Amino acid sequence: MMFVPGNNPGMMADAHIYGPDSIMLDLEDSVTMAEKDAARLLVYNALKTIDYGTTEMVVRINPLSTPYGKKDVEAVVKAGVDVIRMPKTETAEEVRELEAEILKVEEEIGAVGRTQIMAAIESALGICNAYAIATASKRMMGIALGAEDYTANLKTQRTPGGDELRLARETIVVAARAAGIACFDTVYSNLDDMDTFRAEVEYIKTLGFDGKSIINPRQIEIVNEVFTPTPKAIEKALKIVAAIKEAQEKGSGVIAVNGKMVDRPVVIRAERTIALAVASGVLTKEEAAL
Amino acid sequence: MEIKPASAGTLESGDILVRIAPATTDGLSIDLESSVAAQFGGQIRHLITETLEGLGVEKADVTAVDKGALDCTIRARVTAAAVRATGKDVWRD
Repeated sequence: MMFVPGNNPGMMADAHIYGPDSIMLDLEDSVTMAEKDAARLLVYNALKTIDYGTTEMVVRINPLSTPYGKKDVEAVVKAGVDVIRMPKTETAEEVRELEAEILKVEEEIGAVGRTQIMAAIESALGICNAYAIATASKRMMGIALGAEDYTANLKTQRTPGGDELRLARETIVVAARAAGIACFDTVYSNLDDMDTFRAEVEYIKTLGFDGKSIINPRQIEIVNEVFTPTPKAIEKALKIVAAIKEAQEKGSGVIAVNGKMVDRPVVIRAERTIALAVASGVLTKEEAAL
Repeated sequence: MEIKPASAGTLESGDILVRIAPATTDGLSIDLESSVAAQFGGQIRHLITETLEGLGVEKADVTAVDKGALDCTIRARVTAAAVRATGKDVWRD
């Protein structure tokens, strides 16, 4: 998910050329108070006009407690955004408030249920309420960590190793999995240190995150490299899924592949590997279905 | 409609800076500066006129400095400048 300032038309026009899975147009922190109205109009017109293809379009709105939040919701829902990213989410009640605002606009335009919600968790209270937030709405497609505000709230700062974020990251992954939704890690802002960035992407993938937020197209390749399954892993996953299909057809339960027992968790991991390979474009849907 | 001087946009690549001021002549007067004026000047002027008339602004002096903005950007910047100039929170779907 690539962050793009919502008041920069040049960047907004070019962002999808670099092939991110999703683009988040930002109306919040990257836009000054004096430019909130102009950015909202820019994002609205861009969403209505620019063909972003299959790229998922997300807009980070201002909090509903500000004078801008409700106007942001009206504009982006009318423009047909895929996902509204809610900043600084701390309680389930805030999610339900946003849901009500979205519904009001959707009813007005006859598009009920079209808009999804992603909640950014950026405070200690938000982490404490992570599962309640993740399950607050059936529109909730994912939760994300916002590390800058979170570390400020913890009265610490970010370090290359990320010790200060460990609990927040693990809590978000567990809450998302328990709720059956996606989870996305925070941004890494130092573009001059790609080695630490790569290490962080590998680490958050190990923790179970579905993706990484990025601030520059240069970071896309590394995220894709880390998240794309290796040919060996894909081959093994396809073998496992084919073997389990065959076993099910024969009515047999436990099977073995390459001498190792295959049970349900192994099959779930294999299916995820195949889904990731398809999403990464290294395996076609037809190949995956064989 | 009463108009006060207002502007929106920037001079960055891909953007357009639009200034609106009270009319000194009848109708809309549009002063456009663009590196693509020879090819797209007519289209940009038409878009500015159409957007302003759609918002009920029919008398104003408009100055626009285009830096290769897309149509959707021109529409957004003209609308933002008009909203600021008229003081009305115009919202059009």
